[in-house]
Amino acid sequence: MGEPRYIVGIDLGTTNCVLAYVDTAQEPEDPDAPAVAMLAIPQLTRPGTVETRLQLPSFLYLPLEDELPPESLSLPWGPAQRVIGELARARGAEVPTRVVASAKSWLCAAGIDPSEPILPWQAPADVPRLSPVDAQAAYLAHLRAAWDAAMPAPLAEQEVYLAVPASFDAAARALTVRAAEAAGLSGARLLEEPQAAFYAWIAATRGSWRGEVQVGDVILVCDVGGGTTDLTLVAVGEEDGSLTLERKAVGDHILLGGDNMDLTLAHTVRARLAAEGTVLDDWQFRGLVHGCREAKETLLATDAPDRAPVVILGRSRKVVGGTVRTDVAREEAEHILVDGFFPLVDRDARPQLARRLGLQEIGLRYAADPAITRHVAGFVGRHREVAPDGPTAVLFNGGVMRAARFRQRMVEVLSSWRGEAVRVLEGADADLAVAQGAATYGLARRGRGVRIRGGTARAYYVGVETAAPAVPGLPPPLKAVCVAPFGMEEGSEAELPELEFGLVVGEPAEFRFFGSSVRRNDVPGTVVDQWSPGELDELAPLEATLTAEGEEGRTVPVRLRAHVTEVGTLELWCVARDGRQWRLEFNLRQQGAAA
Amino acid sequence: MASLVVGLVLGVLVAVGNLWMLGWPGDETLRRAWFVAAPVIATLATALVRHLNAFPAAAPAGQEATPQPGEGMPAAPAAPSEPAEYAALRLLGVLQEEGRLVDFLQENIAPYSDQQVGAATRGIHESCAKALRSCVTLEPVLPGREDEPVTVPAGFDPAAVRLVGNVQGEPPFTGTLRHAGWRVTRIVIPERKGLDPRIVAPAEVEIG
Repeated sequence: MGEPRYIVGIDLGTTNCVLAYVDTAQEPEDPDAPAVAMLAIPQLTRPGTVETRLQLPSFLYLPLEDELPPESLSLPWGPAQRVIGELARARGAEVPTRVVASAKSWLCAAGIDPSEPILPWQAPADVPRLSPVDAQAAYLAHLRAAWDAAMPAPLAEQEVYLAVPASFDAAARALTVRAAEAAGLSGARLLEEPQAAFYAWIAATRGSWRGEVQVGDVILVCDVGGGTTDLTLVAVGEEDGSLTLERKAVGDHILLGGDNMDLTLAHTVRARLAAEGTVLDDWQFRGLVHGCREAKETLLATDAPDRAPVVILGRSRKVVGGTVRTDVAREEAEHILVDGFFPLVDRDARPQLARRLGLQEIGLRYAADPAITRHVAGFVGRHREVAPDGPTAVLFNGGVMRAARFRQRMVEVLSSWRGEAVRVLEGADADLAVAQGAATYGLARRGRGVRIRGGTARAYYVGVETAAPAVPGLPPPLKAVCVAPFGMEEGSEAELPELEFGLVVGEPAEFRFFGSSVRRNDVPGTVVDQWSPGELDELAPLEATLTAEGEEGRTVPVRLRAHVTEVGTLELWCVARDGRQWRLEFNLRQQGAAA
Repeated sequence: MASLVVGLVLGVLVAVGNLWMLGWPGDETLRRAWFVAAPVIATLATALVRHLNAFPAAAPAGQEATPQPGEGMPAAPAAPSEPAEYAALRLLGVLQEEGRLVDFLQENIAPYSDQQVGAATRGIHESCAKALRSCVTLEPVLPGREDEPVTVPAGFDPAAVRLVGNVQGEPPFTGTLRHAGWRVTRIVIPERKGLDPRIVAPAEVEIG
C-alpha cells in the first residue's frame, strides 16, 4: 500500500469546522496551484431537514428525551441522538443550557480537566454532559461520517492534518490527538492554524509568493476568528539561493474575537434604545446581536454606507407590531469597534491584565483587554529579537479580518512602529484558508511545495525543588530544568543525561511542568532559577506510576527523555539505567493549581 | 437528416449488389441469401442512426445544456406516499421559519404607521428573499428589457406570454414588454423527516 490518495486538512475551529482535501490521483493543471476541494457537510439545519454547508458550526445540542421524533434527527448515514451543526447553533441561542459551545477553548482552560464531563458549562443537573474532548471527538466523527458517505475511500485511511491553535500547549495538543483517536482518526497529524493560513496564502499566489516576500522579512499572521485571536511570526530567510520560511514565535491563547465585537455593539445599541424608552428582553437582544453583526460587516467594508439599519422583528405572531428598528451610524461603529478593539497604540503598549481578585472563577479565561492591537504589541515586544522594529508584512486570516477598516487600522498601527509602510499579503479566503492550507501542507510534506520550519513552539521544563533550609510559610524554592528545547522537529528526541531522579516503584511520581514561548536558546539541562511573570507558564503537572513486578517500594534512578512524535505531540519518558521506560502523562485534574 | 443520407447510401449499395449478384457465377444459396438479407440489414442500419440521433448526447456540444421548462421540477426526493400538498406546506414552513412570511400576511397591519410597517418589511423581505432563493431559482420568461419593444413570434406558448391591449391580426406580434415574467427553473424544497408539515410554525413556550 502506497501513500493515501487523499490529503485532508481539517480546521477544527472554535465556532466552525471545515474540511478541505487534495486528490493526489488528479494531476493539477498548474503545479503551483494545487486543486484543493471542499467537502460539503450534511447537517441538520432545522429539525427533520438535512442540508449541506461548507462549514459545520462547532455546536452540539443535547435534545430532551422525546423532544423531537428520532427520524427528525437522523442524518444521511444513520440515526443520531445529538445534534451537531447549524441547528445546534440556532438552539444554542434558544436553549443555552443544553448546548455545548467553544469546546476547543476548554482544552486549555485553567483549573479544568478537559477529559471530565463538564459541558454544557453550568448546565442544570438533569442535562447529560460530556467533556470538551468528547465534544471535539463528536465534531470529528461527524466530519468522518460525512466524508465516508460522500467519498470513495474512508477518511480513516487518508492522510489527515488537524489544525490547532499555535497557542495550544503540549497538553491541549495531546488532548486534540486523543479526540481524533476517539473519532477513529488515529493517524491525524497536528499543524498550527496560522501556519496553515500561511500555506493557503502560498497556494493562492500560484507560485508568485517568492516575488512578494524577500529575505529578512518578518510576517505577522494575524488570525482573528469568532472567539479567539491567534498570532504568529514567520521569518523569511535564504539557503542555497532559495527562500526559506521559519515560524519564529507564537502568541498566547487570547479569547477575544468577533463575538466580543458584536456583543459590544449590541450593548451600546441596547442602552440607546433603553434611553429612548424601548426595553429589549433576552430574546430580542439575541436578535439585536445578530443584527449588529450584519451592521458591523456592512459598515466596516470599503465604500460603506453612512448608516446601516438594525431590525429586530416582533417575537409573537405580531411580527410587524412588535418590530423594533434602529440605525447604527458608520462613525459610531468605527468609534466603538475600530477604536475599541484596534486602538492606535505605540509599540511599547502592553495588554492590561485583569485585576487579580482573591477568588477567581474557574472557567474560560477571557481576555481582560479588548484591544487586539495591544495584544499584538505585547506579542511582538516579547519577541523583539525576531523583529526589532515589528513585522514587515502582515497576513490576515479569520472572518473578522475581512472588514476593510480593521485591516487598515492594523496596518496603520504596524506601520507606525516601523516608520514605513507594512505590506499586506492578500489572497486566501479568510473562512476556509486554514483547512485548505492544512491540505496543501500535506503536499509540501510530500515534497511538492515549500515547508515552513519551526518545530515545537515552546521550550518545556520540569520543576525541581532546590535543597534549601526549610523556612516556615515559604515553599521551598523551585528551579526549572529544560527537558525539551524550543523548535524540536517532529520525530526528534532530547535526553537529559546529567540529571537523575529517584522514583519509587508502585507510587505515583509527579513533576511540575512549565512551558515558555520566549526562552528560545535553552538546551536540555539548562537550569532556570528565576523567571519573570509570563516567561515561564506552569502547565498541567506530569505523572507516572512506575510498575515493576516484585520491586514495589524500591527506588529506581531514572533520566528524562523528551520525544516529539510524528503526529506532533510531546511525550516525556522516564528511562531507567537498564533501558526500561515509563511514559509521563498529564495530570489535568490539578491543572493551574499554582504559579 | 443523417438517417436520410445513410438510407440513400445503403439503398444504392444494395442496388449495386443486386446487379452484381444477378451475374453471380457461384452458389445459388448465397445469391438468395443476399437478396433476402441485404435490404433487411440496410433498413435496420437506417433505423439505428435515427434512434441514436434522438438522444441529446449525440447533439452538438453546447446545445444540450439549455434546461427545458419542467426539468428539475419535482421537489427534493420525498417519500412516494407523501400527499401532494405536503411539498407546498414545507415551502410555506421555510418561508415562515426563515422570514416570518405567514406571521406577516396574517397580521392586521392597518393600525401601524408606514414607518413601522416599513421597518418590519425590510427584515421580512431580506430573510424571505434569502429563503426563496435557497429553494427556487427564477428567470424571466422573455429576455428583453421591460418597457422596450418586443416581438412575439408565431407559435408562442399562450401560457408563457399574455397579450394585452389592441390584439388583432396574425403573429408575429410587435408590442412593448411590460412584464418580463418569471419562470421557475429549479425548485428544491427541503425534506422534513418525522415532523407534521402542517405545523408551519410551532407554538413557542418559554420555561422559567
